[in-house]
Amino acid sequence: MRLTGLAAIAALGFAFVGVTGDVRADDVQPAVVYDAGGKFDKSFNEAAYNGAERFKQDTGIEYRDFEIQNDSQREQAIRNFARRGYNPVIVIGFSHAPALEKVAPEFPDTQFAIIDMVVDQPNVRSVLFKEEEGSYLVGMLAAMASETGKIGFVGGMDVPLIRKFACGYVQGARAVNPDIEVFQNMTGTTGAAWNDPVRGGELAKSQFDKGADVVYQAAGGTGLGVLQAAADEGKYSIGVDSNQNHIHPGSVLTSMLKRVDNAVYEAAEDVKNGTWDTGVKVLGLAQNGVGWALDDNNKPLITDDMKSKVGAARDGIVSGDIKVHDYTSDSSCPVS
Amino acid sequence: MDFLDVILVLDSTVRLSIPLILAALAGLFSERSGVFDIGLEGKMLAGAFAAGAVGAVTASAWLGLGAAILASIALALVHGFASITQRGNQIVSGVAINFLAAGLTAFLGFAWFHRGGQTPQLPASGRFQGLVLPGAETVRDVPILGPIYSELISEHNLIVYLGFLAVPLTWWIVYRTRFGLRLRAVGENPAAVDTAGISVTWLRYQAVVICGLLCGVAGAYLSIAQSAGFVRDMTAGKGFIALAALIFAKWRPWPVLGACLLFGLLDAIAIRLQGVALPGIGEVPVQFMQALPYVLTVVLLAGFIGKAIPPRAGGVPYVKER
Repeated sequence: MRLTGLAAIAALGFAFVGVTGDVRADDVQPAVVYDAGGKFDKSFNEAAYNGAERFKQDTGIEYRDFEIQNDSQREQAIRNFARRGYNPVIVIGFSHAPALEKVAPEFPDTQFAIIDMVVDQPNVRSVLFKEEEGSYLVGMLAAMASETGKIGFVGGMDVPLIRKFACGYVQGARAVNPDIEVFQNMTGTTGAAWNDPVRGGELAKSQFDKGADVVYQAAGGTGLGVLQAAADEGKYSIGVDSNQNHIHPGSVLTSMLKRVDNAVYEAAEDVKNGTWDTGVKVLGLAQNGVGWALDDNNKPLITDDMKSKVGAARDGIVSGDIKVHDYTSDSSCPVS
Repeated sequence: MDFLDVILVLDSTVRLSIPLILAALAGLFSERSGVFDIGLEGKMLAGAFAAGAVGAVTASAWLGLGAAILASIALALVHGFASITQRGNQIVSGVAINFLAAGLTAFLGFAWFHRGGQTPQLPASGRFQGLVLPGAETVRDVPILGPIYSELISEHNLIVYLGFLAVPLTWWIVYRTRFGLRLRAVGENPAAVDTAGISVTWLRYQAVVICGLLCGVAGAYLSIAQSAGFVRDMTAGKGFIALAALIFAKWRPWPVLGACLLFGLLDAIAIRLQGVALPGIGEVPVQFMQALPYVLTVVLLAGFIGKAIPPRAGGVPYVKER
């Protein structure tokens, strides 16, 4: 009890410092709270940042953002933005869910959006992505690019969300080559697993040593170590969330795009246009919520044959002819 | 697991034990002079950050290494000032340095680079690249010796070789030079050293600065040789493992090498065995493999090394009798 009191006082102090003026709740004043990886992580959070920046450029409406430095700041940051009248408040990452669960009922007039997690409150929009569909496509590309018939996956924290990436990836690879061998490793079981490029690099090296020649990472900052290891060893890697092709041109085969930027942009746009709705939104291939990156950096690596096969699979998934299993639906994967 | 797998695990061991070796030798100099140092972790972290930041800005690995050494020596001097000149509690000062480094590196990283405390990815010129030793490619196909030479010995970066050279060098300095004799003496009986007309303060400061230098190199290894940029808290307890290795080795250079290689091996095995089904046991959970180095550390320290006696004057500030 005493602790909660202290926390409340701390939160009040935090909010007090931040009070700037009277902003009405129905104004569009987007605020973004990033996850621990930081705004410029070249991955997940940077995608959110890009969406907010695009909104600012298109509409001229300023936004505020906050990079949390430790877990206790999540709740403070969300509450602070809501109290100051920011609307919508967009929180990036599943780790924010408990904090948002608590704060959202306190500000019924503020609209909240959360990425990657469902928070069941009347004023929260929960945006989920069908990562398994995007991962399926890059899994196909990996299998087609592999010469050894062995590919790898390095995940960050061992959570169902990351298993979902892995499961889609294996399914895609098996669709191309039923005999392909896939090595899967998770970096760790705590939040530190998102920020350990040394371990990520070692895991990737161990997979390369076992014969893999393409490694897909879904590991935030840890993934940069994976990409680096692939570049050092002259092997292929696959980026995640943002387009990471430019980090090591010629070594990053492609990137599984998760259009967090679109989700952020839409949230702000919907509040602006009065078309805001809450509930769960699922963005898959059909909604262009996920996809794979093709640009000048990886053009030489992707043949026309690969392109057309992946294009066909994409159409198949959108039309429902190809079913990609979602790991989180039953916490198991039919392939491994 | 065939022969090549063993070589690859050992190769990984080499990469993972270098920061431990450098940090443990750093602690050896400091503690042999009678200044306990649990701030190895903090100094490494500061060094790693300085190397990552300067390497990213200047794209020069050497400037990064220099910055790492300077940052680490600066913290070492703070520790020296607190515990030698001011005669403060050495443990408190070490803890303070660890906290200072953890907070300051994250804060400056946030303020300068906006990447959640990371520094930008380094270009190739900002890192120490692997050196291919002469003849590594030609002997690769020779059975047994070929892989040992080309995989295990060749293709490490400069700091790895420096780290291994530091062990005999430390042994030579500590046991075969006048400075080493005085260093050992000042850690056992500073009053005797003082009586002989040698400054205890000056000797201990020298030891603390050497400690800072080695920690700086260890930190630089983490951020600009082993990976390509600084990440928040990237030392991940290596300073404490190094301290454990130092005690385990009873403050002697060659056993330090052995202890650090053992801890590196455990870490390498933990990484390599992840997701691998062992005969008769099946697949070992990731969590178990990750806890293994720590469990073994406790078991080894508790049961197998006998009594570790620290330098007698360790932890005690020297006060001249008047």
